Amino acid sequence: MNFPVLSVITFTPLVAALILLMIPADRKNETRAVAAASAAFTLVLSLWVYFTYDQMLGGYQLVERYDWLPALGISLSLGVDGISAPLVLLTGVVMFTGVLISWGDDRPHVMAGIQDRPREFFAFLFVLAWGVFGVFVSLDLFMLFFFYEIAVFPMYLLIVIWGWNVTREYAAMKLTLYLLLGSVIALVGALAMLIVQYQNTGVLTFDMLAMESAGFSQQFQVIWFLPVFLGFAILGGLWPFHNWSPDGHVAAPTAVSMFHAGVLMKLGAFAALRVGIMLLPEGAKHWSWLIMLFAGVAVVYGAYIAFVQTDFKYMVGFSSVSHMGLVMLGFSTLNRDGLLGSGMQMFSHGAMTALFFAVVGMIYDRAHTRQIPELGGMSKIMPFAAVGFIIGGLVSMGMPLFSGFVAEFPIFMGVWQVNWLVAVICSISIIITAAYIMRIVRQVFFGDVPERFEGHLTDITILDKTALVTLCFFMVIIGLYPKFMAPIVQTGVDNILRLLGGS
Amino acid sequence: MFTPLAFASILPEILILIVGMLILIIEPFWKEEKRRNVGWLAAGGLFAAMIVSLIVGRPGEPLPTFGGMIRFDWLGFFLKMLFMFAAAATALLMMDHERLAARGEAYLLLLASLIGMNLMAASADLIMLFLAIETASIPLYVLAGFMLGDNRSTEAGFKYFLFGILATTIMLYGFSLVFGFSGTTDIYRLAEMFKVGEIAPLTALGVLALIFVGIGFKVTFTPFHFWAPDVYEGSPTPVAGFLSTASKAAGYAVLLRLFFVAFPGSNLSAAWMTALVIFAAASMLVGNLLALPQMNIKRLLAYSSIAHTGYTLIGVAAFTQFGAASVVFYLAAYILTNLLAFGVAMAFSKVTGLEDLRDYAGMSRRSPWLGLMMLTAFLSLAGIPPFGGFIAKVIVFAAGIQAGYVWLVVFAVVMSVVGAYYYLNALKFVYLYRMPNQDEENHPIPLSRPYAIALIALTIGVILIGTVFAPWFQWSNAGALNLF
Repeated sequence: MNFPVLSVITFTPLVAALILLMIPADRKNETRAVAAASAAFTLVLSLWVYFTYDQMLGGYQLVERYDWLPALGISLSLGVDGISAPLVLLTGVVMFTGVLISWGDDRPHVMAGIQDRPREFFAFLFVLAWGVFGVFVSLDLFMLFFFYEIAVFPMYLLIVIWGWNVTREYAAMKLTLYLLLGSVIALVGALAMLIVQYQNTGVLTFDMLAMESAGFSQQFQVIWFLPVFLGFAILGGLWPFHNWSPDGHVAAPTAVSMFHAGVLMKLGAFAALRVGIMLLPEGAKHWSWLIMLFAGVAVVYGAYIAFVQTDFKYMVGFSSVSHMGLVMLGFSTLNRDGLLGSGMQMFSHGAMTALFFAVVGMIYDRAHTRQIPELGGMSKIMPFAAVGFIIGGLVSMGMPLFSGFVAEFPIFMGVWQVNWLVAVICSISIIITAAYIMRIVRQVFFGDVPERFEGHLTDITILDKTALVTLCFFMVIIGLYPKFMAPIVQTGVDNILRLLGGS
Repeated sequence: MFTPLAFASILPEILILIVGMLILIIEPFWKEEKRRNVGWLAAGGLFAAMIVSLIVGRPGEPLPTFGGMIRFDWLGFFLKMLFMFAAAATALLMMDHERLAARGEAYLLLLASLIGMNLMAASADLIMLFLAIETASIPLYVLAGFMLGDNRSTEAGFKYFLFGILATTIMLYGFSLVFGFSGTTDIYRLAEMFKVGEIAPLTALGVLALIFVGIGFKVTFTPFHFWAPDVYEGSPTPVAGFLSTASKAAGYAVLLRLFFVAFPGSNLSAAWMTALVIFAAASMLVGNLLALPQMNIKRLLAYSSIAHTGYTLIGVAAFTQFGAASVVFYLAAYILTNLLAFGVAMAFSKVTGLEDLRDYAGMSRRSPWLGLMMLTAFLSLAGIPPFGGFIAKVIVFAAGIQAGYVWLVVFAVVMSVVGAYYYLNALKFVYLYRMPNQDEENHPIPLSRPYAIALIALTIGVILIGTVFAPWFQWSNAGALNLF
């Protein structure tokens, strides 16, 4: 048997979290070093997963299977396909950069990053990462829920303990209840699928590959698609269930915002695709117009709301709603181009938004304000962060040569094939996005440094720079060389199209 | 009569009795200050009894013993092991309770009640069942009111006593009517003797309703839940933990055996399933909504345990083998989790003397490990993996959906989100808020050895059930098989 890389990558964060809890609370730098080392190890593993995935072969690879509760057909079966392999990589990248950024700077006049109880912080963050990896690699519906819930609850603690002290209690509770409600409703749908598949085939199993051919009736799929899809799409930030997300992003500490917008929202989209569309394809066809409507509103409305924000972090938060709307829009097309674009957009947006939140966090930790009008001239103080943000901004606008273009262009092509009007309306969002990104760049990074910041703002640390370079690297490489990712995603899309009936 | 198998069928009870007698003999010889060590004896003895029973006393095929009074099967055996584990943990938790610790009779009462619960899980005859219920209840009345001179404890004991005897008397009346109509008290023969055709359906339902009252009191489903918050709040914390777990689970054992075995007639079961569905929904609603404003941790746990009764009833109402298995599994997860929650409350109030949630501020800084244990307990109650509560809820919900109660399950999941609110809210005090002077490091919460052992064992148990669930489910399933 080959090296069980998927189970190793899934359980590494858990083991790391347990090790962290063993370190005495006052050894803060040792704690951070252990966290960074385990995150680096996970990043290497995720790169390994990504590059061993054989794009000629397609399908599910690196499959592992251990019986867990045979009486109920629960098994710990892991595997990646063309959709989840990039997401595993993304998680590795965001986890690594998130840990670097939380390291911070504990000189008394800076105090950036996480200084209060870093041990507990990293432990909870790694439990979160454990759940995220688990969802991306699970081929078993029960295990998918198991990991999904694990990924939800640490958010509450991370936000409520280390978050922005103005809104954290409200935002954390709102976020958790939204997400729990979504997931438990999807769980009811999943249990219904289990029971029906048992009645149809006589085999009690949560294995999603078996469920793909369970023969759910048209009527069953139409009834259960919406609860399942929307239940997960809540985490994907789909309008009108997006309300938790900007509040949550803003209240969360930097690394958690990165994780949250960068990876967790993908988790919702991924699970909605995996369980909703792939297991209930007839339901997806029946309801695709509704998903397209919701996603279309999210795209334009999210961009517009982002445009009018004066709080830097809220702006990024709403831009996430807009960009995740594009992912859902791609899903709703149910055709090759749209799904391919969605798959790419999930990675591209994950890296981009993680970078945005990282830069916002760096500025806020030093300037102690996020009001856009109060900021200025940051490129003089932290030129590295400014360059990083501009690259992220170009991705966000969908400029050619950056990953955003490679991802968004196919989505719009896919939408055009279904309904050209929607494509035209949604493309307005690109203009709005360009407008708010350029406004931010001008007001925050250029111009004069406000007087009250003169002299006592410091540049970002070398660790922060490493994190930014890592994130930018992936966005640029995909833009310059789309074959880095597109063919892999394509194999995943082929699999979805097969389930949808070879269209 | 005393064949080896008959002996094996009550082996755990015999061993418990031996432990109890040892306590009686040894306790007077120990000095006052050493007398708390009776707790080690009780817990260690129970643990040894569990090991011995697991090795030599395991049931095979279901077998009636003692002239059909006792049924020797997996359902009873698995539950007995759970009760004994719960009692051992409770004994450890009693060891540092200032009013219980040095009183040998408290441990003895606990063991006496445990014997009653074990017999409740195994009785196959109405008369035996009634005796077992009384054996389990009467020591608990005393324990609930054990703190002489403490008004709340006295109130709790008295209230529990009054409610308890009322409910039991009504149930006894129901039993006598059942005997009158069928001519037998053997639960396993009732199914054929108690025919609805020969008795007017309304009469039969009325008789069942009387029995429901007694069981409803034990397992605290709405509308028989009123006593629980007051009694839990007033009784000594370890006793409250025991009341809300083992005592309740024993009620479920009776519920399962009576209604799955004794009254499965088609007309009747439809009626009582409807009743159970209503009780389940009402318990979830009342328990969760009333838990929302509670600031006393014991009252919070009392209402939350009413809500959990509601979830468990879904599995009973499903009336399938899977449903019964899910109930037993749920009980296993719930007993460990709730005991852990009460244990944390006990450990906290032992040092601080406080029970209000607001006083939990800064607890994770005062004792990170106790904070993590509370996190484990509360997240498990909220139904979040990798803790036992998650898988238990999933299995119960699956059983409900299989039986066609989709709306009830949807209601239950919505209610469990409401539950998540107050559990997470409690954790907010533990993790976020700070003590008034922010000097938590000067107020540590040391754990004495018995507490550390009990709490660590419970924490590991909760995580084990939530991750390696196969063996627990197989045992639950083996128990459920005995009902059909």
